[in-house]
Amino acid sequence: MEAEAAKLIGAGLATSGMIGAGIGLGSLFGNYLQAAIRNPSAAASQQTMLFLGMALTETMGLFSFVVSLIILFG
Amino acid sequence: MAEQPAIEPMHQFLIHKIWDGPVFQLGGLTVDMSITNSVASMIAGAVILVLFFAMTAKGQIVPNRAQALAEGLYNIVDRVLVTPIIGPAGKPYIPYLFTLFMVILVLNLMGVVLAIGNLGGLSLTFTVTSQLAVTATLAVLTFFSVFFLGFIKHGPKFLGLFAPGGMPLPLLIFMVPIEMISYFVRPVTLAMRLFGNMLGGHVVISLFGSFVVALGLVALSGGLASLAIVPSVLSFGMIVGLTGLELVVAILQAFVFTALATVYLNEVVNFGHGH
Repeated sequence: MEAEAAKLIGAGLATSGMIGAGIGLGSLFGNYLQAAIRNPSAAASQQTMLFLGMALTETMGLFSFVVSLIILFG
Repeated sequence: MAEQPAIEPMHQFLIHKIWDGPVFQLGGLTVDMSITNSVASMIAGAVILVLFFAMTAKGQIVPNRAQALAEGLYNIVDRVLVTPIIGPAGKPYIPYLFTLFMVILVLNLMGVVLAIGNLGGLSLTFTVTSQLAVTATLAVLTFFSVFFLGFIKHGPKFLGLFAPGGMPLPLLIFMVPIEMISYFVRPVTLAMRLFGNMLGGHVVISLFGSFVVALGLVALSGGLASLAIVPSVLSFGMIVGLTGLELVVAILQAFVFTALATVYLNEVVNFGHGH
């Protein structure tokens, strides 16, 4: 296999780390929504924590994005 | 068949000189004072911030529109972030957090709102926060100010942050390095998050922009190929939708960056309480 082709395949494979971030974000927002429907009066007070959790979960996906960028252009 | 334009989604992030400034040596380092598109966008952002400050500097009891907007933005930092997370002890740090929030917000929004000029490959505007150098500067500045504030406030006791209380000694040998790694990776994640979000969204918008042009050119060749106008129009719809999404992301990332800075600051200000 040529090095250039392997590089492209590797960059594509590196983005599969986003699967985990996707599952994480889904479970995060799903659970938030479930809790918010059960107790709507407490929902607004937890929104900041929701976005914080979102940011921390999303970072893992962004790491794989950056790794694939490094493979592509580095 | 018409000539296909090259699909270059990363082209919008290239830095090029607009005005050639003096280049000189300073202590062995080459300093280039040229105005690049990145610097020009930063200056534009600074002008917007100063204008906004000038508009709202004179407080009135009945606020006008600009003041109402400014108070709303201030309340995001004060009542949503600092007061619930840190408490009243966080008041002295609001100016820094608010500045951080406003700078990231203005630079992000400039990148999204004015990015429409980039679709034709004109490269009129530039998203400053899509450069790792800029986000890393903001992240390192925030992280180390918080870190040194901890030492100034608590002295060497602050190192106890890496050793959770009530831990048996054998576990401590493993916990301290893990805690240190997870602590010092924070500026990296802060920088990466803002950079990745701004870069990723703009790349996707730019890709759909090139689909519109490429498929539209295929459709122009006539015959059965004119069916390509359908995905072309759909791609245009995607650009509209994604730009709306990017607006949300731009505001959310400014909020998240400030929120994380507040959480990190909370560990320092309320060190020793509630652990």
